[in-house]
Amino acid sequence: MESWYWWMLLGMALVTYIPRAIPLTFLEGRELPPVVSGVLRNIPYAVLGALIFPAILYVQEGNLLFGLIGAIAAFAIAFAGANVIVVVMGSIAVLAVYSLIFG
Amino acid sequence: MFINGIRAGTSIAIGYFPIALTFGLLAKTSGLSMWEATAMSIFVFAGASQYIALTLITKGVDPILIVLNTFVVNIRHFLMTASLNEKMQPDAPWKKAIYAFGVTDESFSVLATRKEHKVHTLFAAGVIVIAYGSWVLFTAVGHVIGANLPAFLQAAMSIALYAMFVGLLVPSMKGNRKVIFLALFGAVIHSLLYWTGLLSTGWAILVATLGSAILVEVLYARILKGSEA
Repeated sequence: MESWYWWMLLGMALVTYIPRAIPLTFLEGRELPPVVSGVLRNIPYAVLGALIFPAILYVQEGNLLFGLIGAIAAFAIAFAGANVIVVVMGSIAVLAVYSLIFG
Repeated sequence: MFINGIRAGTSIAIGYFPIALTFGLLAKTSGLSMWEATAMSIFVFAGASQYIALTLITKGVDPILIVLNTFVVNIRHFLMTASLNEKMQPDAPWKKAIYAFGVTDESFSVLATRKEHKVHTLFAAGVIVIAYGSWVLFTAVGHVIGANLPAFLQAAMSIALYAMFVGLLVPSMKGNRKVIFLALFGAVIHSLLYWTGLLSTGWAILVATLGSAILVEVLYARILKGSEA
């Protein structure tokens, strides 16, 4: 690869870093209006919903059932009260067994 | 604190393992050297953007467009780090500028859903170090060994990051209707945008998140007003 690759990498690094760094540094010590901070406090749960669905159904291209089983396993284990790492390992185990049997 | 962060970040490291491995492998087949592939993971550290960049490189797309596309995909992090700022302990801007580099969808989710009122800087550093370490290390490993995991394991592990998101979300949902609505609206709006193909992924997540967060805030403000009257 020629030098353009490294220029591109520099550009990618900058445009990825800027949205991460500006809010964290510029908003430090600033009091935001209650409405704004209310919305910002809602973001984590809204983003989790958006990150999980619909992508969790498409983890295996063309196999909706696979994602559905994984999703059900993850929610079931989580609702049973397991901590995050158990949810992760448990869901992997369920799908590993499933694909060994039916894959 | 740092060690607690490492512990909390372990799920991310496990989830990144198959994705980074595959990235290293794909980078090799796209003609990138081991150092070029690993350097992207070292300097950019953004899964979705890196995968898209690979596809665009092999198609011979103008590098400037690849950079622009990377920006669009990552605009959603403005929203996440603004939200994270409310959750983090106040600290010197230079420290925050350092750990800001490590804010991904995954590290954000782990940090922002912590039960404690304010999250310690060292805790964030621990989460990020193990996530970043996994990402960089397994990119290189994927390129060097040039082979993937056994198919059944690769498939099963593709659920890891989503299972982690579920594992972070569910405990907060219990007994908290507001959290349920937030996640539900976020999921529904994103699904609608995805199925109608109205927006590309980066924008769709941004719009779904902001839409849900504002909608629920307005709904709750109305309900509170109603109960006072």
